[in-house]
Amino acid sequence: MKQTRIVITGVGLTAPNGNSLAEFRANLLAGVAGVERIEIRYMGQQLAGVCHYDPLRYQKKKEVRVGTRAGSISIYCAREALADSRVAWDSVPKDRVGIYIGCTEHGNVETENEIYNISKFNYDTKFWSHYHNPRTVANNPAGEASLNLGVTGPAYTIGAACAAGNLGLIHATQMLRLGEVDFAICGGVSESIHTFGIFAGFKSQNALATHDDPKKASRPFDKARNGIVISEGGALYTLERLEDAQARGAKIYAEIAGYHVNSDASDYVLPNPTRQTECIRAALKRAGLAPHDIHLVNTHATATPLGDIQECEGIRAVFGEGCPDTYVNNTKSFIGHAMGAAGALELAGNLPSFGDLTVHPTINVDDLDPQCALPGLVLNTPRKVGKVDTILNNSFGMLGINSTLIVKRFIP
Amino acid sequence: MTKDECKKLVLDIIADIAPDEDLSNVKPDVRLRDQLQLDSMDFLDIVMELRKRHGIEVPEKDYMQLASLDSSAEYLTPKFIELAAKR
Repeated sequence: MKQTRIVITGVGLTAPNGNSLAEFRANLLAGVAGVERIEIRYMGQQLAGVCHYDPLRYQKKKEVRVGTRAGSISIYCAREALADSRVAWDSVPKDRVGIYIGCTEHGNVETENEIYNISKFNYDTKFWSHYHNPRTVANNPAGEASLNLGVTGPAYTIGAACAAGNLGLIHATQMLRLGEVDFAICGGVSESIHTFGIFAGFKSQNALATHDDPKKASRPFDKARNGIVISEGGALYTLERLEDAQARGAKIYAEIAGYHVNSDASDYVLPNPTRQTECIRAALKRAGLAPHDIHLVNTHATATPLGDIQECEGIRAVFGEGCPDTYVNNTKSFIGHAMGAAGALELAGNLPSFGDLTVHPTINVDDLDPQCALPGLVLNTPRKVGKVDTILNNSFGMLGINSTLIVKRFIP
Repeated sequence: MTKDECKKLVLDIIADIAPDEDLSNVKPDVRLRDQLQLDSMDFLDIVMELRKRHGIEVPEKDYMQLASLDSSAEYLTPKFIELAAKR
């Protein structure tokens, strides 16, 4: 079936090592990580990826105070993406715009804050904020963006654990193809570093990274990896149908080539390489591509001892042989795990490869775990390659949700 | 506690809940909503901050007393004095 072609026309992001695509990409090529120590309530100093964008660029002080961090990140990324797209925003019918934002979770931060707040008042709930509900509804990040942008079309979040960033793009693609909207703002965001519960949960699971040097803490595929660095961040894209983008002379970053989403149905937290492989293969099939057609595989690997090995098993099964032009990398080694933003941010970090024919490396691999050895794995320094026409982006999440998104160089 | 001191305490709260507003020329006899960008949620914030910072309760039936700085001072000053006497 011939499907409507969907293209990426704008990128807005904030990552722990960059507040624009140009800055983010430059740091990915220069080996600059963005992990630091921050104080986490009840837990003391912890490693985290912190974003340093200026919220007041697009929000009033009151909006920042009343809203959530995830809402603020969404607004920043959406505004940056719109500016980057150069769309004539004032003349875009706002009821034909959709906002689809992936989140790992939402509401933990705000609920913890309120409980902490009333703990100062002997747990008297009359001190509980009247902003609690609008802050914690699951659609909050997209809703805040819709308020800020005046978007009156559908605006909601997609809860999909750490696969959510990819799902934002996938859902937007589907809605554009269905004709539900004419213009989409989509991707993923995370405010997870502001909830102690995520840190404590991973720590109890023995899955929280530790390292004397914060910038070396996130080390997927390294033998000494010891867990996840939790990060905040966001990446939102403008997506349009090709004919609309061409009609306005838009710059086109890439075309959506294929995608797939499936579920493990096997465990709450443990990944399932068989299902991951199925997900990758199904995305390839939808894209009409063979494994050897993929030039860059961006892994989900979070630096947990088992998870990395299992993903490598899955990748090896698909790209192990007969794929001499397929390179593999990992972005979390720079920025940690940005949860709901991860898939969207990691795709953004690799999009410039279409132009510079360079694969950013996986850093912090001092001693490669042989079980994570993959042909084409780019370690520690960027690699100039002959061809990048396709990028395959994996993002997997708890409760066994898997997503693979493939984008390709735009060729009219 | 004088009425002017009371107005200053209310303005301190408004400065925090409406940080974008210029409060240098707030007219005490004009409704706050007519001169500042304040909505009903902001008035709930004023009520909450009076409770948190000063231990003063404003029942819902009295919210209209907080309409202007003058009416706020008229209503709140006796409450502040009463509270101080208890301490």
